[in-house]
Amino acid sequence: MSDAKQKNKGNKKSITFLSRSAPYGHNNSQLCLDMALASAVFEQEVNYVFIDDGVYQLLKNQDASSIQTKTLGNALETLELYGIENVCVDEESLNSRNLNSHDLLAEFKLVNKEAIQSLIQQSDNVFNL
Amino acid sequence: MKFSIVIYSAPYSTEASATALRFSKSLLQQGHEIYRLFFFGDGVHNASRLTVVAQDEQNIQKEWDTLINQHDIDSVACVSSAIKRGIVDQTEAQRYELAAASSNPSSEIAGLGQLIDATLHSDRVVNFG
Repeated sequence: MSDAKQKNKGNKKSITFLSRSAPYGHNNSQLCLDMALASAVFEQEVNYVFIDDGVYQLLKNQDASSIQTKTLGNALETLELYGIENVCVDEESLNSRNLNSHDLLAEFKLVNKEAIQSLIQQSDNVFNL
Repeated sequence: MKFSIVIYSAPYSTEASATALRFSKSLLQQGHEIYRLFFFGDGVHNASRLTVVAQDEQNIQKEWDTLINQHDIDSVACVSSAIKRGIVDQTEAQRYELAAASSNPSSEIAGLGQLIDATLHSDRVVNFG
């Protein structure tokens, strides 16, 4: 553990969430969101990364009412209100699914694998689901 | 070293919770400390006390219960995950007027704040599932 991380111990940590599951089919995406929101409420430094099928969570015009489920996209639009400001999307995951930033429900920071790698390195904790 | 363990999977369906159980036992054998177990999502089924397992098979819930009691481990099942899956303690059973309590008393039913607290106070948080 680096000195900087050691100093933070016990009060504030940098926590990175890698959300890599599509919405609705499995509750991984919801669990990840719940953990991130809880971290933000407890004033931790939160990084939220959408990667692999996780990028589907950010598609605009979602409506899950026909499957009697809350629309995940609506909640993801409010991340900033909860103090989660570092929200990133893996550009390669978008590209490989024939998606681009115009398909997303808001403007997000597009990042590459190297940026995600360094984010993980700088984090005290990583949750990956 | 101080560890916290997060379990997302129900027992038997996947290997994850059995692996988490073995990992936890090994940690303690090697002199490490478990700050907290946190059962989240389907993982809350690991805290059920209403299970019957064939005699020649491993009873994962019972082994968790034994381990938690033997080593006096702080164990938490996420309340929002638990109550919708029928994992309730006496308090929740009374609150919602349910027929019985179903959780092992060795695990407390509590909120996600306990997970964030665990990330603050542990050297490592290891996820299974």
